[in-house]
Amino acid sequence: MKLITAIIKPFKLDDVKAALREAGVQGMTVTEVRGFGRQGGHTETYRGAEYVVDLVPKVKVEVVAEVFDAERIAEVITSAAKTGKIGDGKVWITDVDRVVRIRTGELDADAVT
Amino acid sequence: MDPGDAAWVLASAALVMFMTPGLALFYGGMDRRRNVLNMLMMNFWCLLTVPVLWAVVGYSLAQVPADADLLGGLDDAFLRGMTIRGEDGGFGLLVMVFLGMFAVITPALISGAVADRMRFAAWAVFAPVWTLLVFVPVFKWVYGGWLGQRGSLDFAGGTAIHVNAGIAALACVLVLGKRKGWPSEGHPPHSMPLVMLGTGILWFGWFGFNAGSALAADGTAVQAFVNTFLAAAAAGLAWAIVERVRDGHVTNLGAASGIVAGLVAITPGAGFVAGMSAVWIGLAAGVVCCYAVGLKTRLGYDDALDVVGVHFVGGLVGSLAVGLFSDPAFFGTDNKEGLLLGGGPSLLFEQALANGATIVYSFVVTAAIMLALKATIGVRVPPEVEEAGLDLAEHAETAYHGEGDAVRVPAALSTTNSASVAEPAV
Repeated sequence: MKLITAIIKPFKLDDVKAALREAGVQGMTVTEVRGFGRQGGHTETYRGAEYVVDLVPKVKVEVVAEVFDAERIAEVITSAAKTGKIGDGKVWITDVDRVVRIRTGELDADAVT
Repeated sequence: MDPGDAAWVLASAALVMFMTPGLALFYGGMDRRRNVLNMLMMNFWCLLTVPVLWAVVGYSLAQVPADADLLGGLDDAFLRGMTIRGEDGGFGLLVMVFLGMFAVITPALISGAVADRMRFAAWAVFAPVWTLLVFVPVFKWVYGGWLGQRGSLDFAGGTAIHVNAGIAALACVLVLGKRKGWPSEGHPPHSMPLVMLGTGILWFGWFGFNAGSALAADGTAVQAFVNTFLAAAAAGLAWAIVERVRDGHVTNLGAASGIVAGLVAITPGAGFVAGMSAVWIGLAAGVVCCYAVGLKTRLGYDDALDVVGVHFVGGLVGSLAVGLFSDPAFFGTDNKEGLLLGGGPSLLFEQALANGATIVYSFVVTAAIMLALKATIGVRVPPEVEEAGLDLAEHAETAYHGEGDAVRVPAALSTTNSASVAEPAV
């Protein structure tokens, strides 16, 4: 099994969610996160004092899939989340040893479909 | 008692009362989210303690008899003899409660300077003690006492309240020391909407503060009302323009700070100046205070929410401006004329003297109170409390419960000490 993790722009979440549904993905986990990459942060000014906000808000999307399907799902996320501007985020794929559906005890591919 | 006067002063007293919660929101929004409740409680604590103190001895020492030079007596202590059955029909009682609202907000002003690090127990003692030892005598000096008798003017409390509390704030932070990580770490406001709401409430309440100080529903009240309207707008505008030119943006905090600076600055002259004077005073206060809030980082005193830069400096600008713009043609011939109206420098000198005396007395006595507290119960929270926030450690409360926070279960229902997720009821 594989875990596809994507860090995307928050306003792209709806597009990514729709695209994943379209691609037949049954479930996903979404987390609000902060981080920085090449985009850097922004500055705010209060009574003349400048503050740099270097951790910008992003959304993390996680999907567990079968090995053969991982590349395709990563591709679906990439095209849905892309704006072409700096700060679009990253997608990566990692190995998952075992997935269990808690209710039924089903394993791996059966647990995620 | 004239019913019109009574109606206006009663309404004004309620308006001034509302300023303390307004100030609490103004400060609370500027504070960090882990300390906002501590800030609110410091302000509300003044609303709990000062009214009682005021009725017991404060009012009598601050006002009775009216011509006492340095301090009143105990004739009206415990509101002795103050009834609605007397000759004045209760007007004395009305003035007592109106001025009591001013006594509440004056120590509350100081809370913004000591934010994020002062032990609540120390503040709980400080606020009433400071009211008694600093606010009450200075109030007496300015209103009917030696400073007033010499001819200095302070319509609604520029010297007695804002300069007094502003310089006291400086003394407090010098004894208290800097916050952890100041200024390198930065302490941006956690909620600008709260700041703007607090600013609106302050401006609204200030109409009672200034126009109510006429103690009558008359022309002076109207003039003070108009001046309060104009000076706040002019100062907010001036601050916004300076920020736009200097930093590139018009900010909410700049506009709010300018409004408050303008309100502070027009307070001493609200009933003594007319025409466009309020606009000039407001513009001056907006520009001067906008630069004055930068002094703390240059000079190294951690006045957390700029009580010195806004209230002390704004009060001083406004009080000295009375020496320039005072217009006895409108407000009684026993007032001196301002320098710009051909009155010569004597009123300006009296204004400077009154503020000088207030600054020295307030600074010294405030520092003595703080040093005494430091030597006994201690004035600072432990570093780990400062790091984790005062709301939880000092008040056992948290301001914002939301997603990502710990799940809260009523202690009586909890089977363990750790938080657990409750199953939704079917």
